[in-house]
Amino acid sequence: MKSNIIPAIRLTIVCLVFFAGIYTIVILGFAQLAPNRGKGQIITQNGKTYYANVGQSFTNDKYFYSRPSAVAYNAAGSGGSNKGPTNPDYLKDVQSRIDTFLVHNPDVKKSDIPADIVTASGSGLDPDISVEAAKVQVKRIAKIRHIQEDDLQKLIDQQTEKPLAGLFGTQKINVVKLNLALDNIK
Amino acid sequence: MNTEILGVILMYAIVVVLAIPLGRYIGKVFINEKTWLDKILNPVDKLFYKLSGINPDKEMNWKQHLVALLTLNLIWFLFGMFVLMNMTWLPFNPDNNPSMSPDLAFNTSISFICNTNLQHYSGETGISYLGQLVLILFQFISAGTGIAITAVVFFAMKEKTTDKLGNFYFLFIRSCTRILFPISLIVAILLVFNGTPMTFEGKDIITNMQGDTVRVSRGPVAAFVAIKHLGTNGGGFFGANSAHPLENPNYITNTIQIITQMLIPLAMVFALGYVLKRRKLAWVIFGVMTIGFLMLLIPTVVTEMKGNPAITKMGISQTMGSMEGKEVRFGTAASAYWSIATTVISTGSINSMHDSYMPISGMNQMLGMMVNCFYGGVGVGFLNFYIFIILAVFISGLMVGRTPEFLGKKIEAKEMKIAMIIALLHPLLILVSTAISSYLYAHNPTLYAGWLNNPGYHGYSEMLYEFTSSSANNGSGFEGLGDNTLFWNITCGVVMILARYLPIIGPVAIAGILANKKYIPESAGTLKTDTATFGLMVFAVIAIVAALAFFPALTLGPIAEFFSIK
Repeated sequence: MKSNIIPAIRLTIVCLVFFAGIYTIVILGFAQLAPNRGKGQIITQNGKTYYANVGQSFTNDKYFYSRPSAVAYNAAGSGGSNKGPTNPDYLKDVQSRIDTFLVHNPDVKKSDIPADIVTASGSGLDPDISVEAAKVQVKRIAKIRHIQEDDLQKLIDQQTEKPLAGLFGTQKINVVKLNLALDNIK
Repeated sequence: MNTEILGVILMYAIVVVLAIPLGRYIGKVFINEKTWLDKILNPVDKLFYKLSGINPDKEMNWKQHLVALLTLNLIWFLFGMFVLMNMTWLPFNPDNNPSMSPDLAFNTSISFICNTNLQHYSGETGISYLGQLVLILFQFISAGTGIAITAVVFFAMKEKTTDKLGNFYFLFIRSCTRILFPISLIVAILLVFNGTPMTFEGKDIITNMQGDTVRVSRGPVAAFVAIKHLGTNGGGFFGANSAHPLENPNYITNTIQIITQMLIPLAMVFALGYVLKRRKLAWVIFGVMTIGFLMLLIPTVVTEMKGNPAITKMGISQTMGSMEGKEVRFGTAASAYWSIATTVISTGSINSMHDSYMPISGMNQMLGMMVNCFYGGVGVGFLNFYIFIILAVFISGLMVGRTPEFLGKKIEAKEMKIAMIIALLHPLLILVSTAISSYLYAHNPTLYAGWLNNPGYHGYSEMLYEFTSSSANNGSGFEGLGDNTLFWNITCGVVMILARYLPIIGPVAIAGILANKKYIPESAGTLKTDTATFGLMVFAVIAIVAALAFFPALTLGPIAEFFSIK
């Protein structure tokens, strides 16, 4: 054991310099070439900046809602509800979200509400919603903003991100980008 | 075909295609054959030896290997404790995050040197960037430890009779510099260009479109996430781990990360085939592991894509499947796939919240960790599988009335005793600790009310999952558990130590003892171990040990919850 201790300490120091130091510095160097120099992807509109990948809370009826969040979209932290699928309190929450949604969207049939808009994401910062979740909100927004429903449908089509290479994964819409584009419609 | 399912098939296909050549490369690294990285890395390795005062040519026997491993790990543990408890005054702490309490630092330090990465803190608020850098170091060296010690077992399985099994430092340094370092670098760069942050600036403050002011956590995330997956470590930079949109911004990064975490565990099997020149044995092992993996994977994907029946009853559309705790950009299929990959492989990173999965899916995640050798963690997954091979050889030897032999070495009472102890250790740790916590909770429900986030069967599952994850050195959790308390920090810490080092010591001891025995050439009477029949036998042993040990505990948790869905 004894003859191992000194080499072990020296090896630990060498590893620290190499794997925590040099390794991170090299990647930091590459990050300077990446979009926004590795500080997270940014969207700028009207002089204000937002993170493209970090979701925001949209509860106002004039915007497309984002998904419910366990951390209220404050990206200082992150996390899900961690509610089990049979937890009665959780099921009550979902039921009340459905009821609230129907109050704000009286023209919508209950069976058209997609599950993602009434369930919380894992990170609490999900920037996306499903295409169905955007479509189901069109009538409400058209009424409030006095925009043609067709124009909103077009906007949704423009903002829809197809599965990877058209083949792999989900189809989705980034709510932050969608609402920024919505604000641009006059 | 459904694009979500196609995505999952793509993820698995790529990993197998990459793992076969990588396995050959790892084999070459172990037996010191020439590779194309030698030119750059030979001088680096020499510098390591020189600065640490190590003679890489000194051959060690199995006991010397274990002493070297344990000494290194002890130094790391003490170093980790020191940094985590003193982060307030040390540099790289732009957000002024606090130092850890002694019990939390104990848990975290153990967790990262054991390749578990169980986290009882949240990355955004619980640790400084210096702490994260030290964790990056631990993610490299704990994975390197697992790979190096598995190489020792590979050497011991060779035909010759010897007690010289290579040099531990040599294998360890090579595993880190030639396997983990170059691949991590590539992965990290891919992540950076896909929007994963890599900066030392602290939290940003932004005003959202609705006017709320929020803070956005950042940090050297890309460097961390690459090695977290490659080394099957799994600890998240942020609290939400790879569900976080900065840690895992899109479907491409998700695919990269899931491929990265499965890569080395699969490649190790092919490395075995290369080192021993027994390709067929490698394919039999790979086959058994894959069948086990698929048996857990398929029902989970199907269940999650069907959605939560309780929500279906409310009359809304669940075409996307059960979305609670999942991200829209990954969808249910890729999330369910990740949840099984991360649990069979002992990564423990998550891209969705396991606590919110359907009962059957939660059970499959736990089963992945209870078996802990369908691919398994880097290196150590094979060591667990090795124990089951020894058991299967012995049992089939008894069934057909032949002396149990594995690769020309006779298996006798001493090896069997060690194998049995190691096989039973895992259930013992999980069941006893879950029993203790359940007892405490049941008798002091008000005192420990903060423990559980869900009532009934699911609450019990949260405790069972936590200890299963600790004992499997996995690190994922049913995160509803309020686990940053003295009880959970200490018990999980102790479980992790025992479950890491004993299952390393056991197989190394068996392999070392077998290597010392006389080689018996194959004859007509030898039990063939590279056949499908033997593969089936190993599978049966795994199923019986896991099922018999854990079925009662699972009945009280996920199975009961499943039947309670009306």
